Amino acid sequence: MTNEISKFQDPGLPEHVHRKTDIDPKAADRAERQVAILFVLSAIFTVVAIYSYIFIPDDRFFFLPIMGDTNAHQLLLGIGMAFALLFIGLGLVHWAKMLMPDTEVIAERHEFRSPDEDRADFVSTVKVQAGAAGLGRRSLIKRTLGLALGISALTPLVMLRDLGPLPKKELEKTSWKTGTRLVTDPGDRPIRPEDLEVGAVAQVLPELAEGQERTLADIGKDAVLLIRLRPTEFQLDAQRLSWTHDGIIAFSKICSHMGCAVALYEQQTKHLLCPCHQSTFDVTRAAKVIFGPAARPLPQLAIMVDKDGYLVAQQPFTESVGPSYWERSS
Amino acid sequence: MNSGIKKLSRYRRHRFARPALLVVALISMGATFQVASALPSTTRMETTAQSTLIEEGKRIFAQGCSSCHGLNAEGSGIAPSLIGVGAASVDFQVGTGRMPMADMSQQAMRKTPIYNAEQTAALAAYVASLAPGPDAINEAQLTFERDGNTAEGGELFRTNCAMCHNFAGQGGALTQGKYAPTLMGVDAKHIYEAMITGPQSMPVFSDKTITPEEKLSIIKWIKAAEKEPNLGGASLGRVGPVTEGLLVWTFGLGLLIGIAVWLTVKAK
Repeated sequence: MTNEISKFQDPGLPEHVHRKTDIDPKAADRAERQVAILFVLSAIFTVVAIYSYIFIPDDRFFFLPIMGDTNAHQLLLGIGMAFALLFIGLGLVHWAKMLMPDTEVIAERHEFRSPDEDRADFVSTVKVQAGAAGLGRRSLIKRTLGLALGISALTPLVMLRDLGPLPKKELEKTSWKTGTRLVTDPGDRPIRPEDLEVGAVAQVLPELAEGQERTLADIGKDAVLLIRLRPTEFQLDAQRLSWTHDGIIAFSKICSHMGCAVALYEQQTKHLLCPCHQSTFDVTRAAKVIFGPAARPLPQLAIMVDKDGYLVAQQPFTESVGPSYWERSS
Repeated sequence: MNSGIKKLSRYRRHRFARPALLVVALISMGATFQVASALPSTTRMETTAQSTLIEEGKRIFAQGCSSCHGLNAEGSGIAPSLIGVGAASVDFQVGTGRMPMADMSQQAMRKTPIYNAEQTAALAAYVASLAPGPDAINEAQLTFERDGNTAEGGELFRTNCAMCHNFAGQGGALTQGKYAPTLMGVDAKHIYEAMITGPQSMPVFSDKTITPEEKLSIIKWIKAAEKEPNLGGASLGRVGPVTEGLLVWTFGLGLLIGIAVWLTVKAK
């Protein structure tokens, strides 16, 4: 054993091994036929696609194992187009692998720098042509072109404005005011406490004033879930308890994590589950987060009954509904 | 006539006058009752049939349900009280095979019902006799084909049902192994009863917040969704990108890898 490292020998290229199709003309003929068959198959599938598009009615279904009842028109159209392309590809690859030349070719890399005379040639050409175009003389054109090019870059910069405007106080406000009636969604019917049995839920929105329209942006902030429990099941402090009415409690339906609609209410466990990230809120404890990524309880809407016996909001939401944002004050 | 009354009034202070009047009054009252109760004789028979049904239901309850729900349906540590749940709840739970439960898992599963329609009706009658609750739905109430509105039903479904039961009614997961079951192939009657009774994790949807007509519309939409054809054959559970993605990742990428290997194998 010596510590001397023997010099690495360039092994060179391995000897080229000829394919069977290079040596045996019969094998080459066979490969040619195989490629031809693949191309013909492709043509047949194109015919299938065109045939099913024109002649198979689009309401005809037939039974296929595993797949079940399948629409013949759609299936054959899809299979026809897919296999027509697939067999062209397979045919090309098979052709290239079996019949096209396969000898190894070595292309040496040239130097990256261009030869000196080419470089000098380029510079002189630019100088001559620029002089002919009058770039040096007509400075007005040169400057206005510079202006046009420079200012055109401003457009995408100005478009960044679409990232704004900042929400300001907009996200802290909803349509809920003192005395706003709770109405069913959909249906817009006001709700009396006796309309809800214990264990019942109702999707509610604020009642609209005459002639007012409800926008999607409004619903995105205003949506509320109304739940009725037995009053003894609440574990709330005095203030939060005063926000409920006879076992009826109302929460914003917009998740405090990412703003999904939290409405999976499990009647037995009194848990509210958000379908997006599995945040779970305990309704009996003012929607306290008991599982998942949400950081805050769902905002509770204080409710009471108006003189006509309908459920109304005591006051607007005391905090912003929905997920966190930079300017959120509470 | 006049002299007759005069003759009668002569005896008005007779010592037998009062007892005689009492007898006349009693007889006339008795006769009135007899006639009145004889007229609707069918009602009386129905009442008898109802009480036999309740007796029968009580017998089945004692055999099949009381070990968990208590001898008088008062509930126990492992099963809720059934007093006041109503016939609708029994018809749903027993009619879909959820009750009696096969095991004490997180959730009672839908399975082949153990009791037939008559036995279910008897159980329902017994439980309904304990305390008032929602009545079972009969076929005559399920006029969703006539009174339902599919489009309105779809809107109601998306607001009230889709978050648990999936946008196509295929069901979905809840917490800790509980789940909202699929609504495909469920009897219209049972869908209706589930909405008014709120079985297991499901909340109640009151008739005031979702009116009976709206409930019929929801059922009509679910039935329409059930009949919706799958153009591509396999529906992959109709749960959207999860199964579709899984299929593409396994079969689609598998096929591409196979082709890539074939491309690079040197021909011999």
